[in-house]
Amino acid sequence: MNKIIKYVLYDILRSKIVVAYTLFLLLLSIGLFNLGGSPDKGLLSLLNLVLLTVPLISIVFATTHFYNSYEFMELLVSQPIRRSKIFLSEYLGVSLSLSAAFLIGVGIPVLLFAPGATGLYLVLTGLFITFIFVALAFLASVITRDKAKGIGIALMLWFYFALIYDGIVLFILYSFGDYPLEYATLALTALNPVDLGRVMVLLNLDVSAMMGYTGALYKSIFGSAWGVGIAFLVLVLWVMVPLLLSRRAFIRRDL
Amino acid sequence: MYKSYGKLQVLRGVSVKLEEGKVISIIGPNGAGKTTMSKCILGMVLPDSGDIKINGESVLKKHLYRSQIGYMPQIGKYPENMKIRQVIEMVRDIRKKAAVIDEELIGLYGLQNMYDKRMGSLSGGTKQKVSAALAFLFDPQILILDEPTAGLDPISAEILKGKILKEKKKGKLVLITSHVMSEIEEVADEILCLVDGNVMFYETISDLKAQTQETRLSRAVAKIMNEGRVI
Repeated sequence: MNKIIKYVLYDILRSKIVVAYTLFLLLLSIGLFNLGGSPDKGLLSLLNLVLLTVPLISIVFATTHFYNSYEFMELLVSQPIRRSKIFLSEYLGVSLSLSAAFLIGVGIPVLLFAPGATGLYLVLTGLFITFIFVALAFLASVITRDKAKGIGIALMLWFYFALIYDGIVLFILYSFGDYPLEYATLALTALNPVDLGRVMVLLNLDVSAMMGYTGALYKSIFGSAWGVGIAFLVLVLWVMVPLLLSRRAFIRRDL
Repeated sequence: MYKSYGKLQVLRGVSVKLEEGKVISIIGPNGAGKTTMSKCILGMVLPDSGDIKINGESVLKKHLYRSQIGYMPQIGKYPENMKIRQVIEMVRDIRKKAAVIDEELIGLYGLQNMYDKRMGSLSGGTKQKVSAALAFLFDPQILILDEPTAGLDPISAEILKGKILKEKKKGKLVLITSHVMSEIEEVADEILCLVDGNVMFYETISDLKAQTQETRLSRAVAKIMNEGRVI
């Protein structure tokens, strides 16, 4: 498997998009930390931008990469290698290179300007989001052979998780405001990895006091080691479910 | 073996037994299922039902058997920004266990001189040469060549035909799909004719000629096809 990952990584590094992505994140992080006064403020702005851009770039890059590697995969399937191996090598190649970009672009500035638990949560969240959205991108890519359609589906997924979902949640909260919704909101949060990551980082900042009852509930849950463990478990599920679904589809398709 | 793409039935009950040490040519009109059949053997396309056995063992959902197969696709698709050297090295890397490495075709086609060219910049014919060299590289027991000479210049096509005959003598099974009857006559022993996903006939060339009382293969095949009879 390592052999194939090597060639996937080589291919990705040649395209230089990942290098540009690293520089973009680096500029963004350093700029935000220098702009705001306190490191906490910088982290907060960084969180919001990271949660918007990282999913978008991960999902678009992974989808285009998958379609561009079609020839590579076709060449490999006639060789004595398992298809799942080809698929997982592609996945790891893309997600590891994007993660490396994120670690350099965001991890290092956070370590320099705002070291601490909150920063660590931010970096972990970003890494999980990368892995999750690459998995979603691969799922979108195996659903259809048409590149334009695949990218369309990928963008819809991003749009849904990054923007529409919050609107739906707000609508539910507003419509059913008379009922106790604490646990419902908790479940709704778990259904969107972007929100889950956001809540985990926010609760480590001191802004959670502004979130009312739900905030207090979140604090009591995500404040404990047990709650954090569950939250990370949910994030792992968010990686595994789309990944396994798309692997299954890839093994069973005709090339 | 059965296979359909959506509503389009490509293979409708193809059942043949192919013996080693022979060159078998798969012919048939466009869209008869020739390429689909070879892709099924390679596991690139999964049949809806039926089974494929090599040496008595089913190969469906397996992968190691492919180390015994060399495949030359109809249109070789390669990653555009990889160099010839990298493609060959990568495939060798994957098939490390191969005992014998047969670089004859690389030499005959002079591919070493082009090792640093990128696949994307190659002409169709040169890509075909790379495909051919890769197919023969690991001295496989079974060779599947999908329209091997289409796109090759006459000299290169001759080299390839010579190589096919040489491999046949070593007792290998060679499957060739082709439309060029004169070429088939030169290299093949048997002909498997597919029409609309069915086997129309599977005969040796000499039998075919005897049955139709023709001296040329192309006429013999045309005669049978026109009569539309299934042997």
